[in-house]
Order: sequence, then structure tokens, then C-alpha cells
Amino acid sequence: MMGSSDIVLEATAITKSFPGVRALDGVSLRVRRGRLLALLGENGAGKSTLMNILSGVFAPDTGTIRLSGQAVEFTSTRAALEAGIGIVFQELNLIPHLSVAENIFLGREPRTRTGLIDYPRLNADAAVILKRLDLQVPPQTLVADLRVGQQQLVEIARAVSLDVKVLILDEPTSSLSAHEVEVLFGVIGEFKRRGVAIIYITHKFEELGRVGDDVTVMRDGRVVGEGTLAELTRDAIVRLMAGREQGEAYQKHVASPTDEILRVENMSVRGGLTGRKMLVDGVSVRVCRGEVVAIFGLVGAGRTELLEAIYGLHSSRTSGLVFMNGRQVSILAPVDAIEAGLALAPEDRKREGLILEMSVLENASLASLPAAVKRGLIRPRREAAHVSPYLDRFRVKTPSLGQKIRNLSGGNQQKVILAKWLAAQPKVLLLDEPTRGIDVNAKREIYAFIDELARSGLGVLVVSSELLEVLAIADTIVVMCEGRRTAEFARRDATAEKILTAALPDRAAVAL
Amino acid sequence: MTEIRHRINLRQFQSLIALAVMVLALSLLSDRFLTVDNGWNILRQISVNLCLSVGMTLVILSGGIDLSVGAILGLAGAIAAGLLKNGLVLATFGARLEFTVTGAIVAGIVVGAAAGSFNGFAITRFQLPPFVATLGMLSIARGLTMLWTGGFPITGLGDRFGFLGTGAFLSMPMPVWIMLALVAVFVVVTKRTRFGRHIYAVGGNERAALLTGLRVNRIKIAVYTLAGALAGVAGLIVTARLDSAQPNAGLGYELDSIAAVVIGGTSLSGGRGSVMGTVLGCLIIGVLNNGLFLLNVSPFWQQVIKGGVILLAVAIDKMNVRSRDSA
Repeated sequence: MMGSSDIVLEATAITKSFPGVRALDGVSLRVRRGRLLALLGENGAGKSTLMNILSGVFAPDTGTIRLSGQAVEFTSTRAALEAGIGIVFQELNLIPHLSVAENIFLGREPRTRTGLIDYPRLNADAAVILKRLDLQVPPQTLVADLRVGQQQLVEIARAVSLDVKVLILDEPTSSLSAHEVEVLFGVIGEFKRRGVAIIYITHKFEELGRVGDDVTVMRDGRVVGEGTLAELTRDAIVRLMAGREQGEAYQKHVASPTDEILRVENMSVRGGLTGRKMLVDGVSVRVCRGEVVAIFGLVGAGRTELLEAIYGLHSSRTSGLVFMNGRQVSILAPVDAIEAGLALAPEDRKREGLILEMSVLENASLASLPAAVKRGLIRPRREAAHVSPYLDRFRVKTPSLGQKIRNLSGGNQQKVILAKWLAAQPKVLLLDEPTRGIDVNAKREIYAFIDELARSGLGVLVVSSELLEVLAIADTIVVMCEGRRTAEFARRDATAEKILTAALPDRAAVAL
Repeated sequence: MTEIRHRINLRQFQSLIALAVMVLALSLLSDRFLTVDNGWNILRQISVNLCLSVGMTLVILSGGIDLSVGAILGLAGAIAAGLLKNGLVLATFGARLEFTVTGAIVAGIVVGAAAGSFNGFAITRFQLPPFVATLGMLSIARGLTMLWTGGFPITGLGDRFGFLGTGAFLSMPMPVWIMLALVAVFVVVTKRTRFGRHIYAVGGNERAALLTGLRVNRIKIAVYTLAGALAGVAGLIVTARLDSAQPNAGLGYELDSIAAVVIGGTSLSGGRGSVMGTVLGCLIIGVLNNGLFLLNVSPFWQQVIKGGVILLAVAIDKMNVRSRDSA
């Protein structure tokens, strides 16, 4: 029954490198007619890169892709789509100021004989698809006026409207309500009966039992396990994803925190479309000298917003108090936060952390330039002498200080950011997903640095969505779910199960 | 790891070669080109554009654009001329305030700086896109110039003021002195001061600059204020050279200035470029204008050729960036 004729899409020995990172290393994957393949793996395992290659966003460095037995090479997502591979990306790719119907049929609008868009037909066709997805909005509604969950359904509606052989869904349920998830699963079932092969990326195990057939697990750019869902137990999958028994993850120095440096009381951030949603809802957190506190939460838990609020980025919609060394400080902008002794290494390094046009030296000295200035002028030698010890301490690998930072690997870029802040001598480091997009060796190195920084007397507040990372580096783990703080564990009491249970909203917790 | 490797600036090197080729070709084509007098001529001709372009370079490096510099040039020149000639009539006190040459010069620069800081304020406080904010200022400054002059030139400003435009010191024309001084100052400011470094940072990645604790809004206001003040200086030079403030002075100059900055290799998206590049850009435009004039090329063709040079310069720049990024 599972003969090779069943295979709709087959990728063989796919390799892809980005500057400084090998994202995929000889990955092979098969998807069969009418079956759902769950693709599992931690952040940075290479799942999204693989899907981007299958859907024509990137070309692989080496390897072949066969669709229904024919070798194919896609030069664009459009080419992949025309060949029958549709993808729903995790990030929304909708045009906010066009209507739902216009978005669904973007690029293939029905036309009248005169060549204008046939709006009555467009809207009627869209209405049929929306009905199938039980999305009760008029097709003329602007996408900008929808909730995020509804927008995600529109994205799915676009895929539904296509006649695809393979449908890729990248974490499609991350912002759907329980009812919307049910509807989506119904649609997936219908697709499977029609013989469409589905690749489904998720972090949520409880969803798999409902719709999954096969499982492929990835880690560090390789496939580390394959099988049917019936063969693999949940524990087996977790072990494959993690790649090591949980206990033998990175061993950190155990701190005995005593003097408090940073205390955040009752922090709230409003936001969302209406500006009234509580992105962060009354969260308090405390960091001591030498302590690493990790905030864990799933997508939408408000982790990043909390960190940004502490740093003064949302001062107009933030309430709550921040204390440094027991004294209340008023932080209305990042300048104030830095003055108070905080430093933030943001999640998206390229967009928020680095000046890509600048050199390693210029990036590293940016937060502490006064140290390089003498009589009003920056002295290049002073500047180099000032930051070099920090760059050396983090073992930044660069051909020279004048090298443009864009040419460094993700791990080295992150180290430059750490060096930049250390050169400015902060008291508390705020790290947002410090190892995102960093390869596994650099990751361990960064863990070691975080440990070492804490030992040298800094307080560290880390935000992470990687369970193993949190368990590896934190002395104290604070869990957030939907803007609220739901649990706090000391390192010795924390287990993956306890943390996940606290991080999942009620609707999903039952299924675990 | 204390060694700093200095990169050869490929873009500036290319501009320099382009300039050298042009000079060589024009000296062969016209025997009037390569003379000492014509050299001073070219430098004098580019001095106004270079004043504007130094300011424009700061603005573009910071990730913005300033369409109002030509109009501010006109306003500052007119106000300086008017104050010098007629003084300031204070109707409520029934008095008239006389202005010395120095007073008028200071007033012209202050007017330019004020208009520029208004730009900066609109861009930071009200989050207006620089294109829109400075387009508004273009119209406001033009209108104010007309109101101030009534649409007529203000002439007869005297030799002492005229010295700024027509005089010479150590046999070098004053506008050239002013231009060289400004270039020297702003090369140092951009390359060797915190403020300069911060301009590059804000233009390169505003979000990262903010998160690193730079006072982004202050930096932007300072940049537009400087651009306005430099437009004021340019206005004084133009007015002094003609011994007359024309209500239409500086019309369209912002475009020449943007062209010089872009030809000089500064990226319109900010964060990349240099004042020295802009000097080369101004020289290229100046030599081109001068050469085409000497060769009796019609002014209409001159415009067409200038446009072609801008497109070519930016296209070459794009190719450089692409080959570097894929390497």
C-alpha cells in the first residue's frame, strides 16, 4: 500500500548554507498521497529553511527535489505553486489594505471581458471558500480589520482555493482559537481524502494525534528520526528533538543569589488592534546579582513585550514599577534604561541589534563611545583598545576589527552585541532569545558566557521559547502564558512537563 | 586584535577615476578648459552646491532627505539682504533696527537653522516622513521669501557684504575659502566625532541605534538644523556674489545637491557614504557643466547628460553592493 507510487514529493540530500551557518545538511524527506507528515524540531533545527526550499523561496546548494517522480527546480514561489506546491507561512503574508477576497485570489483575479477585475465573481468565489472555513466575515472586509487568528484563516483560505498536490502548513494554529483549530482540522481531513499530501510543522504534540500520519524529526539541520505516528511515542520524539537526555544538557554553575539588583513590579503592557488587549498583564519579576532568570512562554505569551517594556520601549502604554538596587527608576526610553544599568540584546539581531553597514569595531563601541573620545574626537586606537578586551573575551572570530559586521556568522554577531554591552558596563543584561538562528556549537559557547557573566556579578534576564535552553541556563524560571505570569520554579524543581503545563493555555493543557 | 584594517573605498576610487577621465577628455577637447582661471571658475561655481550638499550628505546619511534647502537658501539670502538694506522695522515700538554686515550674516544663518530645526521637529515630534516635512518647508520658505521681498530683488548691498561672494583672500576666492572650511569641518565631524558616528548609526539602523541608547530624535533634529544653517550660508554666498537677493534664488538647487550626494556614493537609504564622496560628486557635476558649456553643448542637452550621469553612477554603485554582498 505504501509503494513508491504513493510518494508525491521527495527531497533528497538537500544542503543549504548561509554565511557562517550550515542550515541544512543532507536532508531527505518524503511525503505520500493523502497523508500528513508532521515535521518536528526545535527552533533553528532547519524546518523553515527546508520548507522555503520546497516552496521555491530559496534554491538548495545541493540535492534534488522530485514532484510526482519528476525532478523539479523552482525559481520562485510562483513556479512552485504552478507545479502544485502551496505553502502557508507562519508569518502572515497578506496585504492589509486589500479585502479578504482580493487577498485570497491575489495574482489570479477573475477578469471581465474588458480586462477589469470581475468583483461580483471574485467575492462570490471567496464567499464559498470562507464558508468552508466557517470564517464568518464578508469577503469585502479589509484584512487589516480582522483578528490575527482570522487573518491566519484567510492565509489558509488562499491555500484552500488552490489546486495543490502538496500543501505546507508552517505552525498554522499558533494564533487560532479552539473552534478555528477544529475547522482547520476538518479542512485538512478533506484535503487528505482528496489525496493531497500535507507537510505540517508544529510544536504542539497534542495536535498530531488528531491529524498526523507520519513524523519526521529534525535537529541541527539533519533528519534524526522518521516513522509513522503509531510507531513513535511522545517521549521518543522529545528525545530525538533534544538529541540528548534532558539531564545531560549544558551544566551550569549553581548560583546562590542574594542581593537583588532588578525588581519589576506589576508590569502591564496594553496593545493589540484595539489598544486595549493586555499583552503583559501584571507581571512581577526579580533578578539578583549573579542570577540567571529565564522567562519561558509560547508564541504570544508576552515575553518579548515584557522585556521591551522594562527597557522603556512602550512607555506610553506601559504601567508598572522598576527598581534597581532597591531604588525606583523611571524608564521612559532606552536611554533611561541604559543609564539605570540595563542592556538589551534583542531577538532579531539584524533588524534591531546591529548596524550592518558598520564594522565590527564600530558596532562594538557604539554603546560606550565616550571611552574612545579625547578632546572631542574619536581616537581609533583608543576605540580599538577599549573594545578589544571584550571582543577577545567572547572569542569573536573576525578577520579584522574593520570587517563589516554583516559578513560575520550569527553566533559571532551575537558575541559582538554581548561585547558591546559589556564594554558599557551594565548591571543587568536582558537577553531576548539569545541563541536564535545560531548553530549548535556557538549556542553552547553563548550558554557558557551567560553563566560566566552571571558569576562575575551581573544579573541576567533571558527570554526564551526553547525549553531545553531554559532548563540549561536558568537559576530561576518564570513561566508566562497569554500575558500573565503562571508559574515560577527554582532550577532544582523545574521539569519540562511542569514548565510546559504552566505555559499552555487551558484549552490545550488537557490534551497533553 | 587591535589592528584596524583600512579598506580601500572602491566607490570613491571609481568617482576619482571618472573625474580624472573627464578632466583628461575635456583638456583634449577644449584648450580653454585646463587653465588656472577656469579652475577657479569651476571651484567658485561648485561652492554653493557644495555648501548645500555637505548638509544634504548629513541628512541622507541619517536616512532622510531634505527638499527644502533650495528654498531655505532663497529665504536666508533675502532676509540677510533685507535686514542689511532696510533694517528691521518694529512697528509696535515705532523703531527701526539697523543691521551691520556681521549682523545680517548671522541673521541669515540663524534663519536657515531655524527653518531646518523646524524640519527636524516635524519629522521627530509628528513622525512626518522627511520627504513630506521638507516638501512643506520648501513651499513655506518660498512663500515667506515672496512675502519678505514683495517679489522684487533686493539690490545694492555694498562692497563689504559683496566681499563674501566676489572678494578674495590670499588670491583665493572667498566662496572657495568658505567651501573648503566647511568641508574640512564636516569631514572631521562625520569621521571623528560621536555625533558623526551616531548619524551613521541612525541611518544604518534606526531601531538598533535606539536600542543602543542613542538619542535618535535629537540627532535627527541636529542634522536638519545643520542642513538649514548650511543652506543659509549658501544663500549668503549667492546673494553676495550677485549683490542682490533674488526672490527665486536657489530654485531647484535641492535636486543638484541630491544628485551630487548620490554621485558621490552616499546611499539614499542611509548609513553609507561620506562627505569626501560628496566633494567628488560636486566636482564631477561642476566639471561636467563647465566642460559642456565650453564645448558649446546646448543647455538642454546638458540637462539630459547630467541625468544620464546620475543614473550611471547609481547603477554602478548598485552593482558594487550586489557583488560585495554575494561574495
